[in-house]
Amino acid sequence: MRHIISILLENEAGALSRVAGLFSARGYNIETLTVAPTEDASLSRMTIVTVGSDDVIEQITKHLNRLIEVVKVVDLSEGSHIERELMLVKVRATGKEREEMKRMAEIFRGRVIDVTDKTYTIELTGDVAKLDAFIEAIDRALILETVRTGVSGIGRGERVLKV
Amino acid sequence: MSANEELTGAEIVVRCLQEENVEHVFGYPGGAVLYIYDALFNQDRVKHILVRHEQGAVHAADAYSRSSDRIGVCLVTSGPGVTNAVTGIATAYLDSIPMVILTGQVPTHAIGLDAFQECDTVGITRPIVKHNFLVKDVRELAATIRKAFYIARTGRPGPVLVDIPKDVTAKKAVFQYPAEVPMRSYNPVLKGHTGQIKKAVQMILSARRPMIYTGGGVILSDSSRELNELVDMLGFPCTNTLMGLGAYKASDRKFVGMPGMHGTYEANLAMQNCDVLVAIGARFDDRVIGNPADFAKHQRQIIHIDIDPSSISKRVKVDVPIVGDVKEVMIEVIRQIRATDVRPDPRALADWWKQIEEWRSRDCLKYDRSSEKIKPQYVVEKLWEATGGDAFITSDVGQHQMWAAQFYRFDKPRRWINSGGLGTMGVGLPYAMGVQMAHPQATVACITGEASIQMCLQELSTCKQYRLPVKVLNLNNGYLGMVRQWQQIEYGSRYSESYIEALPDFVKLAESYGHIGMQITRPADVEGAIREALSRKDRTVFMDFLTDPAENVWPMVQAGKGLTQMLLGSEEL
Repeated sequence: MRHIISILLENEAGALSRVAGLFSARGYNIETLTVAPTEDASLSRMTIVTVGSDDVIEQITKHLNRLIEVVKVVDLSEGSHIERELMLVKVRATGKEREEMKRMAEIFRGRVIDVTDKTYTIELTGDVAKLDAFIEAIDRALILETVRTGVSGIGRGERVLKV
Repeated sequence: MSANEELTGAEIVVRCLQEENVEHVFGYPGGAVLYIYDALFNQDRVKHILVRHEQGAVHAADAYSRSSDRIGVCLVTSGPGVTNAVTGIATAYLDSIPMVILTGQVPTHAIGLDAFQECDTVGITRPIVKHNFLVKDVRELAATIRKAFYIARTGRPGPVLVDIPKDVTAKKAVFQYPAEVPMRSYNPVLKGHTGQIKKAVQMILSARRPMIYTGGGVILSDSSRELNELVDMLGFPCTNTLMGLGAYKASDRKFVGMPGMHGTYEANLAMQNCDVLVAIGARFDDRVIGNPADFAKHQRQIIHIDIDPSSISKRVKVDVPIVGDVKEVMIEVIRQIRATDVRPDPRALADWWKQIEEWRSRDCLKYDRSSEKIKPQYVVEKLWEATGGDAFITSDVGQHQMWAAQFYRFDKPRRWINSGGLGTMGVGLPYAMGVQMAHPQATVACITGEASIQMCLQELSTCKQYRLPVKVLNLNNGYLGMVRQWQQIEYGSRYSESYIEALPDFVKLAESYGHIGMQITRPADVEGAIREALSRKDRTVFMDFLTDPAENVWPMVQAGKGLTQMLLGSEEL
C-alpha cells in the first residue's frame, strides 16, 4: 500500500543521504522525496511517498527512527491528512490550441506563469491524482516538458509534527 | 594549563581520548594523521599499538570492546587507511560492537578534488556505522568526539567514526570537553513497558514447554548475572546463540547448547516444539531459525526483549514485544516473578525436560574418538580442559569456529570472541591481540584454520613487538573446510577452489617472527602440545595441528531448510 511518511530531521550535511541510503540498502521503494528546512532552520522536514506491505512500512519507520539525525517520524497515511504536489508544465500553445490550453489550466485551477508566442508554462498544485488528470486531459503531443516537486504532506486539524 | 589555553586539533583529539580514559589506541600512521601522531608522541597516557595493516587495528579494537567493559579505539589515515579499515568496521557493526574509529582526511580545502589519499570516508562507511561525522571546524572537534563515544556505547551499541581533515588537526581552539551532549534526536529507550512486561511474566508462568533463547544483547548489556538468575529460578531450558555463548553457564544441565545451523539437536527441537519462547537480546537470524516459514509453522507464543525496535518482528512475528535494555527488563521480570507465588506447572515442566533429555541422548556432537587422525573437536576439548574452561577464545570463520563454539564450553560472558554477523575470515589473530591488550594476564587462545589465519597473518609481527603471548591453534585440514563441506553436501563433492595448495611451513613462519612454532600430527600429542604451549606464558606460540581433512561440522541445517531437518552426520548424506 502507498504511505506518506513525514520526517523531522536535523538540518545537517549528509542527513539526506543517510535516509536515501537506508532505502536503497534495505530495498525499500521511494516514489517521491521532498525535503527543505522548516521555520526552525536547524530542522528539515522530509516527506517520502513509499509503497510496501504493513510489515515493510513498520520496518521503514523503525529504521528511520534509528538514524541518529532523525528527530521524529510519522506515517501521515495512518490518519487524515492533506497532500499537495506542485507541477510546472511547459506546453506548445499556438493557434486554436492556445485558447484551449488556457481554459484547461483554469478548469484545473492552474496558472499560466510564463508566456511566449508559442508556449505557455502552467503552474498546477494538487494531489497526485489531480496532476495526473491534467496530464491526461491535455493533448500529450503538446507537452514540451514537465517538472514535479514530489508530494508534501501535513496532518489535518490538530495533528502536528513538531519537536 | 589555564582554562582558556588554545590547543591544536591534534592535541584536542588526544585530550579527548584521555578524558574518555582510553588507555590503548590501535592504529597505523599516514600523512593525514601526522599531527595526531605527533600529539600522541608528546604524552604517555594513551598508549598506541602499531599494527601491520589497518584491518588488524580495527579488529583488535573491536575485540578490546567485546572482551571488556571499555571501548576500543582505532586511528587510521585517509584514503587507503580507511578502505583497509572498512572490513573491520562492518564486522563490528554487524555484531553491534561499540567502537570509535578516528580517521584522517585530506585538508578541508582539498576535499572533493581527488586529492592524494582522498576518499569519501563518510560516504563509504555510512551503511556500516551506527553514525559518522566529518569535523570541518576545530571548535566542534571535542564535542563531536564526545558524541561519538556516547553514541557508540548507548542504546544498541555500534561503531562510530569521526573523520578529521588534516588542517583541522593543525588549527587551534580552546579545549573544553563537554560533560554532556544532549541530542534531541537520540534518546534510546532503556526501560521496558510495564504492561508488556506484566503480560510477558504471565505468559512465562503459564508456560508448559518453555524455552529461553538469548543472543549477543545479553553480553552487550552485561546482564549475564540476571540471565543466570532468571533461568535458575524458573528451571527452564536455555540456549545461547553464537553471539551469546557464555551468557548462561554452559556447564549447567539447563544449557541445551547453541541453536541454529550448527546448533545441537536438543536446542533446535526445543526451539521448534516449545509453547513459549522467550527471546532476549537475540534477533532471529537466518543462521539461527533456519527457514522462517518453517519456523513460523510451529505454534508457540513468542516474547521478544530487545533494545532495538527494528529487530522486533523483522523476521518472525512476535506476540509480546518489549523494547528496552535487556538488563533493565530482566531485572523487572525477575522482580515480578518474585512478587508472585504462581509458578509454572512443575509436572508439565518435568515432562518437557524428559523430552529434552531424550533429544539430548542422541548425543549429536559425538565424533570418532578412535581415529588415527587428529579430530579438530578433540583439539578444542583438550584446550578447554587444559585452560579449565576459563580462557578467552577468539576464532576466525568457518568449521573451526563452529567446533570452538560447540566444544569449548563457556561459563562466562565476553570470553568467546568471534565474528558472528559478518563472518569475517582473518579476525582471529587481531582479535586475540585486542583481548590480550585488554587482559594482559589472561590466557588468550585463537582457534583458527590455515586459510583464515593467512588473512591477517602479518599481525604476528605486532604480537612480537608488544610481546603478546597469544596461543594460536591452527586446525590445519588443508581445505577451506566449511566451503568444502557445503560443496560435498550441496554441490556433488565438486571441490571448486576450496583446496589450499602451497601452504607455508607454519613452524618456520612462526619462528621467523621470533615466536614458538609447533607442528602436531598425532592425536596422542595434542594434549601435551597444548599444555606445553600454555606453559610458555610470555611467548606467542603457533600450534599447527594437522587435522582430519574430511571432518565435517555436525549437526547441520542446510540453508533454506527448517530447523528440525537436521543432518546429524556423514551417514545421512
